[in-house]
Amino acid sequence: MSAVEDVVTEAPAVEAVPKRAMTLGYGTSLVVLAALILVPLFVKNFIIFQLTMLLIYGLAVLALNILTGGSGQFSLGQSAFYAVGAYTSAILMEHANMNYALTLPVAGIVCFGFGFLFGQPALRLSGVYLALATFALATAMPQLLKLGYFEHWTGGVQGLVVTKPDAPFGLPMSQDMWLYYFTLAITIGIYIASVNLLRSRSGRAFMAIRDNEIAASAMGVDVALYKTLAFGVSAGITGVAGGLGAIAVQFVAPDGYTITLAISLFLGMVVGGVGWLPGSIVGSAFIIFVPNIAEGISKGLSGAVFGVLLFLVIFLVPHGARQVAMVAQQLAGKLKKN
Amino acid sequence: MLAKLRIAVLSTAVIGCAAHSGSALAQKKYDTGATDTEIKIGNIIPYSGPASAYGAIGKTEEAYFRMINDKGGINGRKINFVSYDDAYSPPKAVEQVRKLVESDEVLVVFNPLGTPSNTAIQKYLNAKKVPQLFVATGATKWNDPKNFPWTIGWQPSYQSEAQIYAKYLMKEKPDAKVAILYQNDDFGKDYLKGTKDGFGAKAASTIILEESYEVSEPSIDSHIVKIKSANPDVLLIYTTPKFGAQTIKKTAELGWKPLQIITNVSASVGGVMQPAGFENAQGVLSAAYAKDGADPQWNTDAGMKKWTEFLDKYMPGSDRTDGALVYGYGVAQTLAKVIEMCGDDLTRANVIKQAASLKDFTPDTLLPGVKINTSATDFAPIEQLQMMRFKGEKWDLFGDIISGEVSN
Repeated sequence: MSAVEDVVTEAPAVEAVPKRAMTLGYGTSLVVLAALILVPLFVKNFIIFQLTMLLIYGLAVLALNILTGGSGQFSLGQSAFYAVGAYTSAILMEHANMNYALTLPVAGIVCFGFGFLFGQPALRLSGVYLALATFALATAMPQLLKLGYFEHWTGGVQGLVVTKPDAPFGLPMSQDMWLYYFTLAITIGIYIASVNLLRSRSGRAFMAIRDNEIAASAMGVDVALYKTLAFGVSAGITGVAGGLGAIAVQFVAPDGYTITLAISLFLGMVVGGVGWLPGSIVGSAFIIFVPNIAEGISKGLSGAVFGVLLFLVIFLVPHGARQVAMVAQQLAGKLKKN
Repeated sequence: MLAKLRIAVLSTAVIGCAAHSGSALAQKKYDTGATDTEIKIGNIIPYSGPASAYGAIGKTEEAYFRMINDKGGINGRKINFVSYDDAYSPPKAVEQVRKLVESDEVLVVFNPLGTPSNTAIQKYLNAKKVPQLFVATGATKWNDPKNFPWTIGWQPSYQSEAQIYAKYLMKEKPDAKVAILYQNDDFGKDYLKGTKDGFGAKAASTIILEESYEVSEPSIDSHIVKIKSANPDVLLIYTTPKFGAQTIKKTAELGWKPLQIITNVSASVGGVMQPAGFENAQGVLSAAYAKDGADPQWNTDAGMKKWTEFLDKYMPGSDRTDGALVYGYGVAQTLAKVIEMCGDDLTRANVIKQAASLKDFTPDTLLPGVKINTSATDFAPIEQLQMMRFKGEKWDLFGDIISGEVSN
């Protein structure tokens, strides 16, 4: 947890990341993209399903990365936005018979509004206090979803079963494969949009606030607006991820969106490298696969093994995947010179 | 010459083999996950997370199949028990079950735990025609062979338990004024429905108050005060353990002594009765279907002796008061019985068919007289319970075994 602590306690919340260092080079991006497109053609449906979940959690981690890495605000409440997105999609699909693809923008907009509104009171808080306020949101969400008042829509504790979509236009591919490519397209779209956002005027405002709030406001940045905006954007992307998650898992229930999910996403962001967007997918892989590895090592002590692995990662590479990538880049540079 | 001879010998051997295996194939039928030597059984259970206490069930099952394998397996085949952690999270449950079915290629998914997790995987398993065998939840919806022919329950449903309480009250206290305190979720509502069904036409006149609480409430004292003011003489406590203890304690504090009946889920001596105070819990009623591992009255019981031997050898140092060890043993024994009944026809269809053809089967750990019966239209294996009264520091069983069959 050392990295998290120093991020939380020190005044400049996150070490400044140069804009160029936020993304991968074109060559590397193309290789990753090609791998993401080709791999599903050669693996079993179950692996495709896991890869879909990898992209979905990757999106959720990316959203948190924009909030924390971009604007320097903390959130342990991402599971709440994820839940709202998942339920929005599920309810629209099952009660209103809406097409699954159309439910996603709705989920995104609903969550954007929710996040924007939550960002208002959050303005008065910063650092650990903000983290605690969002923590409260994450703890409250599963219970809110169980409330009898909403039960007609949410299905209460029973949750809602969602129908998985078939591939359209009679494409000869399995449901899993179609959903994977569908998710991949959305993920790429959101990734490019996020990179552009951080490179834009708004992105510069986010980073100015992150680096020094007072200096930013002195330069004429509307601190309140951009802080809430960052919350809204982050919540909106998380909501889309939640909606996709509901479609992939075919089920939503309050127990799927507990504080554990929020902490996992936070973990994914730290492991992937705070402020480094491509790291989101690495962080997502960590939170999906490492618990399985830990369980393979010892069933009774899976939690402890997971803890040890996490500790090793934080101890050896405190800046996560970003650090590994930078070291690799330097090595490659040396090789070229030779 | 020598080479020719060799070929001749070889070919005879091959022909012999082929003929042999040909005749064998006529009898043996396998689906994915079963071979001549091994049967793969998949399972998911929360080993971590909020419900990790149930992980003991998975460990007991694993130990039980280890014992079976040491004794030579079932019909000569060893059991390969693959159990994964779902952390009580539905998305994780889906991932792990898909891994079991598509990657490990198990024959059946056995005893997955929790209503949310089972709901999440039910559609998938039924579409894949993989048996979802003996699910570890008391919701009534698992007994639905028409819509979900690959899903079958095991323990008594909450509704059948509630019916038993209603039947008991109609017999023992026909003019009772009943108040019901229930948890406002599927768990509490299943009990509520079972009670009303049990009272039948008398439900409206017998039940004078239905009071619900939310799981999120820190204390339910105000509900108890409200119930007391309606002045009922029977209080049905349809709660989870924490609230059960609160209710028993609060009624005693108010100096109120109605006849109290508490759910089997909340009947734990260590988890509920002790925190509520033994002196406050005297005379409280509940119902059970399995023997209590900590109760000395079973020390001489043949079934529980086998259970104790099993624990000593395969799970040394385990906590005997943990109901999960009794549960895991009983459900694993039921699966072993089903596989034995399957003989050499180890197809998924036959496994579910045999699971639905259990006749008066009695695992070692169930109360004497409680029998497992299933049929093509009855996917609820255990439907009988016996009433018990709290006396001193333990439960005393009394009366006959009562059946509370529920039809959907």
